[in-house]
Parts: sequence; C-alpha cells; structure tokens
Amino acid sequence: MSTQTFAQLSNGFVYGAMGVLALAMFAFAAELAFGTRSRVARTNEAALVEARQPVRVGGGDAPAEPAADGAADGVADGAAKGGDERQRRADRLGGIAASLTVLATLLLFLGVVCRGFAAKRAPWGNMYEFSTTSALVVLIVFISVARRRPALRYLGVFVVVPVLLTLGLALSVLYVPAGPLLPALKSYWLVIHVAAAIVSGGVFTVGGVVTALYLVQERWERKGIVNSMSRRLPTAEQLDQSAYRLFAFVFPLWTFAIVAGAIWAENAWGTYWSWDPKETWALVTWVVFAGYLHARATAGWKGRKASIVALVGLSCFIFNYFGVNIWFTGLHAYGGLPNK
Amino acid sequence: MTTADIESTDREPLEATTLSTQPEPPRLPGLGWAELARWAWRQLTSMRTALFLLFLLAVGAVPGSVFPQRGNNSGDVLTYLSQHPKLGPFLDRLGMFDVFGSAWFASVYLLLFVSLAGCVIPRSLVHARAMRAKPPAAPRNLARLPEHRTYVTEAAPQVVLDAARAALRGRRWRLAAGAGTVSAEKGYARETGNLVFHLALIVLLLGVALGSLFGTKGSVIVVDGAGFANTLTRFDAFTAGRAANTDDLPPFSFVMTKFRATYERGGPQDGAPRTFEADLLVRDTPTSPQRHVTIEVNKPLTIGGTKVFLIGHGYAPVVTVKDGQGRVVLNGPVVFLPRDSKFLSQGVIKAPDARPTQFGFRGLFLPTAQVDPVRGGISTYPAADSPGLLLTLFVGDLGEDNGVSQSVYQLDTTKMKQTGAKGMRIGDVWTLPGGVGSISFDGYKEFASFSVAHDPGKDPVFIAAMTALTGLMLSLFVRRRRIWVRATAAGDGRTLVAVGGLAKTEAGGLGREVDDMMDELRVAAPELQEPELQEPELPEESQ
Repeated sequence: MSTQTFAQLSNGFVYGAMGVLALAMFAFAAELAFGTRSRVARTNEAALVEARQPVRVGGGDAPAEPAADGAADGVADGAAKGGDERQRRADRLGGIAASLTVLATLLLFLGVVCRGFAAKRAPWGNMYEFSTTSALVVLIVFISVARRRPALRYLGVFVVVPVLLTLGLALSVLYVPAGPLLPALKSYWLVIHVAAAIVSGGVFTVGGVVTALYLVQERWERKGIVNSMSRRLPTAEQLDQSAYRLFAFVFPLWTFAIVAGAIWAENAWGTYWSWDPKETWALVTWVVFAGYLHARATAGWKGRKASIVALVGLSCFIFNYFGVNIWFTGLHAYGGLPNK
Repeated sequence: MTTADIESTDREPLEATTLSTQPEPPRLPGLGWAELARWAWRQLTSMRTALFLLFLLAVGAVPGSVFPQRGNNSGDVLTYLSQHPKLGPFLDRLGMFDVFGSAWFASVYLLLFVSLAGCVIPRSLVHARAMRAKPPAAPRNLARLPEHRTYVTEAAPQVVLDAARAALRGRRWRLAAGAGTVSAEKGYARETGNLVFHLALIVLLLGVALGSLFGTKGSVIVVDGAGFANTLTRFDAFTAGRAANTDDLPPFSFVMTKFRATYERGGPQDGAPRTFEADLLVRDTPTSPQRHVTIEVNKPLTIGGTKVFLIGHGYAPVVTVKDGQGRVVLNGPVVFLPRDSKFLSQGVIKAPDARPTQFGFRGLFLPTAQVDPVRGGISTYPAADSPGLLLTLFVGDLGEDNGVSQSVYQLDTTKMKQTGAKGMRIGDVWTLPGGVGSISFDGYKEFASFSVAHDPGKDPVFIAAMTALTGLMLSLFVRRRRIWVRATAAGDGRTLVAVGGLAKTEAGGLGREVDDMMDELRVAAPELQEPELQEPELPEESQ
C-alpha cells in the first residue's frame, strides 16, 4: 500500500472512531438517564452501604461477611431478578456503551498505526498526532481502570466527551497531512520522550476527571445530598483513591518525560535545561503535582484542597500543551500549527 | 528559656480550653535569639512551608515563560524594552527578563532546598534507626486489624509459628518473635526511596550549581569554507561561569567544508526543512591530524568534555563594495540572519573605510525572491532557487569611530541619510547615487551557527536525576505493611491460628498477601475441618 493510502485509511479510522465514540457517549448518557438502578449503580450502592457502615468484626458472633464484590453482585442479581424492564434496558445500554468504547479505541489505534505507516515514523511529530495518540491513551487508561473497578464505568460519559472534543480539535484545527519529520525531531529520543509525555497526558486527564467527580461527590456526601447521580457515583473515598493511584502512577512517568527531554535537549542544543516556555511549564506542572502528593500527606490539606491542587496541575499540563504552542515561541516549535 | 518552657507554652492552651470556655490570651514564647532561630527553623522545615515554597516556585517560574529572557533571547528583551518604555524598565528592575537568574527566584529555591534538607536529614537518621529496629510486637487483638484471618489446626503452635516464619522469610519480610507470635514488616524501601529521592534532588541542585560556576558556552557563525578555532576571541557570544577558566579552552579547531540543507518540495508541507548537516575537518589539537566529521542537529561533535552542536543556519550574500575613489573596501560574504521559515534574511552591510564618505546598507536577502503586492519583497521557498537582494542605502557617519563597538547586524542611522534603494539579482552592479561608490551582488554562501558547550555539572546532574527517579518510584510503588501471626494452644490439642495485616500506606493488595501466606501455613499446619469451629471464639490476650 502506498503512503497516500495509509494516510487516507488513518483519517478514515479516526473519523470512524469519532462516530462510534459519539454513539458510546449517547449510550453512556442514556444509561445514566434510564437506569436509576443500573448494574453499575447498584454495585456502587452496595459499595456505598459497605463503606458507610464499617463492619465491626470483633467477637465470633459477627456473621461472616461476604466480600464487597460478592455483596454488590448479590444486590445486583436480586434487583435484576425483580424483572424491572427499565433496569435491564439501562444495563444493556451500559454494556453497549462499554463495547462501543472498546470498538472506538480499536479504530483509533488503527488510525494512529496507519498514520505511522503513512509518515514512515513514530506518529508523534506534530500536535495533530500528539492529540490523536493522547486521546487513544485516555481511552485505554479508562478501559483498564473500568475493568479493574467496574463502578468507575459510570465515568464513561465524562471521559468520552473530552476525548471527542480533543479528536474534533485535532481534525479541524490541528490537522497536518502526514509527512516526514523536521530535522530537529529526528532522534530516537522522540519516541522515548514524547511517548512518556503522551501517556502522562492521558493518565493526567483521566485522573483529572476522577478528581473533579470526587470534588462533586465529596460535597454531596458532606452536605448529605442524595440524588440519582450521587447514588450512582462511586463513593468519594473510592474516587479519591482511584485518582491518587492514577497520579501516583503518572508522576514518575512525567518525571521521566522531563528527564528524557533534558537528555535529548543536551544532545540537540547543548544545554540540558534552557528555561524555554515548554520546559518551564513542564516543571511548573511537575512542581504542582509534587505539591499534590505532599498535600495528601499533610494534615489539613488532605481531600478537597489536595484535589484542587491536582486540578491546577492538570490545567498547567493542558496549558503547556495548547497555550505554550499557540502563544509562546520557544525551542519546542514543532506543533505544525498553520499560523505560527 | 529552655526547651521545656517552650513545650509547656505549647501545651497550656489545650488545658485552658478544657477548664474554661474563656479563651486564654495567647502567650507568645519569649523572643530570645535562640528561640527565634529555633522557631524559624521549625517553620522553615515544616511541610506547610515546603508546600508554600513549592507553589511559589511554580508561580515564580511563570513570568519566565511570559516575558522574553536575556539568556535565551536578548534581542527580544531589547525590543520589549523599546516597545514598553514605562513598563519595561520597571519589569526589568523586578528581574522579569532574567527570572531564572534573579535573586528572588534563587532565594525561593534555596529556601526550598534548605527546608528540604532540614526535613530530610533528620528523617534519614530516624529511618536509619528504624531499619535496625525490630518489627513491633503483635497487638492484643488481631481481629481489629483491617486484614484478619483465623483458622484451627491440630498442629502444635510452634509448628505454626515456624511455618509462618519460613513463609514470611521466603517473601523477604523482616521478622521478630514474641510470646506465641511472629511480627513481620516489609516495605522499608518506601521510606528509603523517599529519602533518596529528596537527597538526590539536593545533589541535582549542586550539580546545576557546579555547571553554572565552571561551565562555558559560546556560539559562533561559520560561513561555508571558513574555519573556527576554540579561543575566546573567536566566539560571537560567550558566557562562562564565575569560576570557569576561559584562558585554557581545549585547543581544537575546524574548517566547515560543506553545509547542506534540504527542504520538502511540493505537497502540503512545501518548504518544510528535512535535513541539515555540516561537514567539518576537525583538528583536536593544533598538532593532531585532521579528521572528517559530519554534524547534524541531534548528532553533536564531542571533543573531550566539550561538545559542538549545529543549532542553526542561514545565508550570507557575497558582495563587493567599492568606495567613491574606486577602491575595494569590502569583498566577501556578509552574514544575514533568517527571519522567517522561508529564510527571508535581514542584515547590514557597512563600509567604514569608504572615502570620501562612509556609507552602509540595510538589506534583505531572499533565497527565492518574489514581489508580493502588499508585503513587497518576500521569499517563497527556503532554498536559494532565485536569490534576490533588496538594499537600502544610507550615507553619512556610521558612528563607529567613537570607540563604542557596534553590532554587525545593526546600522545606527542617526547621523546618516537614506539616499536610495534597489533590488538586485546575482551579477548586478549598483552604482550608488551621489558618487559615493558601488556595490555588486556576486553570489551567496550558506552559513551554520554552532554552539560550543562545556558543562562539568552535566554528569552529576544526570546521575542525580536517575537516582531521584529510582527513589521516587520506590517511594510511590512500594507499600509498607505489617503482618502478625499468633498461634494459641486451645488446650485440647488444637491450635487457634490468628493472622492480622496492617497496611501503613495507601493502596491495597495486603489482603491477597495475607491469603497467600495463609495458604502456605495450611500446608504445614492443615486446617481442621469441623463446621462448629469455623467461627471460633478468640481468647483475650494470652500471655
């Protein structure tokens, strides 16, 4: 196949992924709308009950506690056997949404791979390519998180919407036809440094979504507000834990991305650190997330304040990606934006 | 005041609140120097202060990305200053054009690192003691722990404890024995990693300081066919650390035999750069033989601890300038600096030796020249497909005789008069108006700009960064946790086995670990299958 064919295939896959994702978004939203007690909701409810009533297991008279998952499944099965048509429809919609998301991820993966074949290099040479790959990483992170914690499937709509926006922006504003690299980017460090940065971006994004939902849920729990959404969300504590795990995983990776960038810079420009705007904002992002990790360990900062710090960190990351490429000139002038 | 006094003032308000609802007026500790210093030190090394300094560092770095910086772009700083005559000097006084070298930025990160050292060094001592200490004795009631399991076996308590010890030792837990119990702890690497990370950051900062004290960095433009020798006078710009020895630079030299640049032709990315590389003939020392080296953007030349990087390129039109008396006063390439991606290049040609009057030109070199109805002369492609030279003539005093050295890229026209302008193609000769002389556009050469850098702090910084990364991963991914096993003889030949687990840090997985250990225990001490004993009464502490 010619490179031109690959380029067209890649675009087709990306458009296809967007279409499927849009369907997934509707399915996720419909699951929320229909199922006051979809399977996910009931799982959460069971977990919520468990979390709010810590079981005191002291003497031998306490009955044997089934594991949290078992309890959740028990409740879920019981409700399903109740035979409410509406619930089953919501469950089915949730399943469809999840499957559509997996399908969209596969399509996007093919799109990124074909882009690589079309350009005959790692497909990470300009903002269009970073954006599509980041979107792919966000979806992969979401799917793997949701597999491990089924209650987090509820986040679907909150993950799919930013991904759709990113892809839309990529295709409409950031699009650059596939082509070879600028000389400055011809280095194996491109693969190492940029891959680390893209994966970090994906995990930061999912972590940010979880954190934002934590803040909402924490507020509801604090004020004792119970609504259909608060019942379906995982507990604030679970959300906080998941967010922490994502950020704790990604922080060393982001550190590595910065260090790898410094090594590359030393090799290309002769200075491992030149305080160019991209580097400065990468460090600002790093410092803010370091602050987040410390804040979690500091009395009075745990919970809400620490989560806000994490969201500030995510904003710094996003600004570094879009803002710095658009408004600042520096050494990282690779974006390939038309009106630079 | 002694330490005890301070502690008592710390405690007193607590007692007061329990005795009376009336708030006590706050009692401040006496302000002796020692107390003040101690108080300041405690504040500085607290986590809150460290957090505050971290955020201050983040906020402080932002203006460094918003305003042009002298270190990267001194030209842009001058432009900014001339465009903002009121705001500019004010910002300059605040150090906004050299944020990362400014005193206030330095004081933030130095305070942060003092705070870090003040926190990490005492913690390292504590951790060193903890590493030697034994895991703590088992709590009275293991069933209160987040992870707990019990079962009944016919094996003797000692058999169970031996099996537990073997199982835990096999998993590399740290062990201690108590009366009928085994205590085990694991995950010390978390705190070790944490401390290593922070200590490595301090080393990293020292490495950066080493580099900025002893490092040197120079930049030089070399026209095709010309040479360079690594001595201070040959650089166009040179910065050196305070303690760097600039008289004794490594004595290498090179000649650039050929510079090549290629660009995308046709297609949507027409004109995008594709390759650029410079062929050099290098002599490592004045007496060593020449060797051929090709430098590319990501492939620098390394000579000892010094590296030569290819960082940019452009065009130098070749001109011959004659003065009013017909003498050749300038003959050769003049470097013009590229201004856009199509290499529209700007430069200045000066004829200070011209008689009877001095004159000079402001010029634009257009590698693929075209006339745009709005913008005038433009270049439509970066390669020199049809080069053009646009010159504006200024006649008068160049202002170079007063001893103040001038930039070769700027023309001070305060004492000059613009008397003509012309667009030229290669081979054209322009007889200047007023009989001041003539200029011919003979051709062009390409030039490359090189950066010659020596940074002795680089390797320490690299090692520190890698160490910090390793420490960071340990501190985030290793979990500190404890397990206790208690085997109690029930008196009827049966043994009650109780296991408890406590995770000292976030993130789970301890339950599975406890289960795995239970499986191993059951091999050595099989579980007694009697339904009525599945939920045995746990005897209160049996010591």
